[in-house]
Amino acid sequence: MDNPTQKFHLDFMGKRRLAFAFSVLLISASIVSLVTQKLNFGIDFTGGTLVEVGYRQAVELDQVRSVLAATEFSDAVVQYFGSAKDVLIRVAQVQGKNSADISDAIIAVLRQSDQPVEVRRVEFVGPQVGEDLKEDGGLAMIYALIMIFIYIAFRFQRLFSVGAIAALVHDVIITIGFFSIMQMDFDLTVLAALLAVIGYSLNDTIVVFDRIRENFRRVRKGAPVDIINASLNQTLSRTLMTSLTTLLVLTALFFLGGEVIRPFSAALIVGVIIGTYSSIYVASPVTLAMGISKQDLMPVEKEGAEKDRSP
Amino acid sequence: MNRYSFWKYLLIIVIVAVGSLYALPNLYGKDPALQISASRSAEVSELTGFSVEEALDKAGIDHIGMDLGTNNLVVRFQDEESQLKAQEAVKEALGRSYTVALNLAPATPDWLRVFGAEPMYLGLDLRGGVHFLMEVDMEAAVAKADERYISDIRTQLRDNRIRYKTITRRREGGLLIRFRDADQRQKGIAEIEDNFPELELEQPQLDAGEFHLAVKLNEAAVKETRRLALQQNITTLRKRVNELGVAEPVIQQQGLERVVVQLPGVQDTARAKDILGATATLEFRMTDQEHDVQDALDGRVPAGAKLYYERSGEPVLLKKQVMLTGDYIIDAAAGFDSVTGSPNVSITLDGKGAKRFSDATADEVGRNMAVVFIENKTETVERDGEMVKRKETIEEVINVATIREQLGKRFQITGLDSTEEARDLALLLRAGALAAPIEIIEERTIGPSLGQDNIDKGFMSVQVGFILVLIFMAVWYKAFGLAADVALALNLVLIVALLSLLQATLTLPGIAGIVLTVGMAVDANVLIFQRIREEIRNGNSPQASIHAGYEKAFTTIADANITTLFAALVLFSFGTGPIKGFAVTLSLGIVCSMFTAIMVTRSIVNLIYGGRKLEKLVI
Repeated sequence: MDNPTQKFHLDFMGKRRLAFAFSVLLISASIVSLVTQKLNFGIDFTGGTLVEVGYRQAVELDQVRSVLAATEFSDAVVQYFGSAKDVLIRVAQVQGKNSADISDAIIAVLRQSDQPVEVRRVEFVGPQVGEDLKEDGGLAMIYALIMIFIYIAFRFQRLFSVGAIAALVHDVIITIGFFSIMQMDFDLTVLAALLAVIGYSLNDTIVVFDRIRENFRRVRKGAPVDIINASLNQTLSRTLMTSLTTLLVLTALFFLGGEVIRPFSAALIVGVIIGTYSSIYVASPVTLAMGISKQDLMPVEKEGAEKDRSP
Repeated sequence: MNRYSFWKYLLIIVIVAVGSLYALPNLYGKDPALQISASRSAEVSELTGFSVEEALDKAGIDHIGMDLGTNNLVVRFQDEESQLKAQEAVKEALGRSYTVALNLAPATPDWLRVFGAEPMYLGLDLRGGVHFLMEVDMEAAVAKADERYISDIRTQLRDNRIRYKTITRRREGGLLIRFRDADQRQKGIAEIEDNFPELELEQPQLDAGEFHLAVKLNEAAVKETRRLALQQNITTLRKRVNELGVAEPVIQQQGLERVVVQLPGVQDTARAKDILGATATLEFRMTDQEHDVQDALDGRVPAGAKLYYERSGEPVLLKKQVMLTGDYIIDAAAGFDSVTGSPNVSITLDGKGAKRFSDATADEVGRNMAVVFIENKTETVERDGEMVKRKETIEEVINVATIREQLGKRFQITGLDSTEEARDLALLLRAGALAAPIEIIEERTIGPSLGQDNIDKGFMSVQVGFILVLIFMAVWYKAFGLAADVALALNLVLIVALLSLLQATLTLPGIAGIVLTVGMAVDANVLIFQRIREEIRNGNSPQASIHAGYEKAFTTIADANITTLFAALVLFSFGTGPIKGFAVTLSLGIVCSMFTAIMVTRSIVNLIYGGRKLEKLVI
């Protein structure tokens, strides 16, 4: 189907097999990484203690380590956080020992050394909380997907729901996979970012679906594949513009928002890019593969439906 | 065509005006302040204001404002230095009946306060402070209830001359009563059923000659016990937090056995943990002077006595019978012994306690009494992959002293190691004991410097992101882009206004939500403007294109935003603290953008282009 007033004439659907292969590749890489090196869960999920301290001047990590080595926290993970003045100390869950007092003990040890030290942040998460958070997080994700499925089935059509959910699952797996491959910290804020990614990617998908529905109803002739292709082209400018403005602000957040929020902004950036791709190359092709046709989208008035079937 | 009616402009102007009004307090920031509240019988009144003023004058500290609220007095200062100095001075002047806490008070001018406008409420990650999640040990609460029933049933049976051998607590919970014979058991069952309807009775199948009765709380009573334990713990925690002197604390139930405690501005987390988690209570017992301590050390502890250790490690034999517990204490104050100068705690008992204590000590003049400090700790530890609760009870004799005269309402405890210990013990005795031990299962502390950093960085990201989007839109869509820019700015104002109005908590992820909203809010405008471009390309007139653009884009915008709201809603219901903040700002942003991106831009576009003949439209 050709529309002379259309700005772009890109054959998205023609490349859908290539895109499919690409998506399968990304998902496989994600799953392989998730199985082999897993996620680098933050203490929100694993439980444990984290202490962030600030020194007046840059400090050698070995110096901090040697102070801790003489104590019961000799196996603590010590690393810089953002700058050479900020140091992050992590103590994992210890078998047979768990107490909210660990952080105070660490701080007391560090205060004994010559350099003045300031406590910037303490996080302690007990094992029972970590488990709960993991469970709640997974459930939240599933609830969100179910609600979305029902809404789209109600507002559009069941086959669109399948396409949208396929795109969302695709985005979530690849974003989580990115965190696994990069071994970035996966904490509670990243989980929140994933839900926001679902919201964003869905937003994109809905806009495309909305246009497909409109075109199916308006255009009398044309195969579904052509109508979908035209719809994608018509919404392309908008898809790119919105992704661009969103990526602009997220980049600002990534570079200026500070170390604490960085995994969160990284998850959103990856999610927005993948979400934009999936709303074009996953949601629509899947809906097409499910066999969407004109009849599925005609208003449910009897007369209209009959008229349609006559040649 | 494309003209808005007068009432629509009016509506927009009203919303913008109200929004700006409620967003305005955030520009004034906050002053360092002292929040003075009455901790006990005392009352905060204008008189308190006078004494505070007097104390500040004497110390030569300037203040910039004083507000008398319901039950508290807020005094503002120019800087933090005078705030800290003033705290010392005021504390000294007002004495123990008042709590003087450091606080940040909004510097909102009076004319704004008339409208109830307040700045946003900052979360702990922005203002600094401690967040604790505490779990109440419910097993201990139920065990305590069982103990109470043992004593009640014992009294009941004895009063009615029903003969039993023993009443003990079973390891799996509940009680076991052993009667003399079947007849006594029958009577016992009738008696218990009459007086304790909340108990379930069962006769275990046992060897002949044994007449047992198993007793346990029914489900409703167990539930009630748990609920009461949680409630009482929350009350005690609240009292302790008040004693600590924290402004604007949050103490909230979460689920059936957890409590959230948030203490803004608190830095000494070690002390906060000790105070909140302490289950310390006192017991007064007579020493057993008839028996030899050495025998007890060898394993022959006499009946009716128990072996304890003093702090020095010295063993001491005490009678099992408790003369008095900490429950009767209504006041406790730390001080110094007038003779020795060592730290002590002066205790005041209530009427019932005083009578009991004077009766108990009347016959004991000249003998030794011990003060036992008891502390219960519960910890969850991981052992072989399983979560196990580990319980620990510390019982220490803090002093042994000779009773010189019959004791009554007031007396003193000495033998404390330091003034800090005296101060903390007095605080705990005043606030009362916890109904069941609690365990801190989550802590999040943010230091003040990180809090300020988070505000600065968050604010910077919003500004930079905002400016980038403004430029981008103006370059891409020309005049329409500028209309969208105005809408975006307004969107920010409205989000801030709503956050302030709802007094929702702004967190760092919340700021990230605002940043994300800035990027996504223009989406509606992008949809509309692209649609207008399309209509023009289709050969429609400029006016018709504008009209159709807004019209056709509307359902798309609505559908897209509602689904995003779903995700935000799920995020809100699942999220804790900071995550909730993200969900709130994201949802508010979406809702506000529907108004600004559609109505506000349309009104501007209509003002510029509406109602006249257009040959060409630049978009």
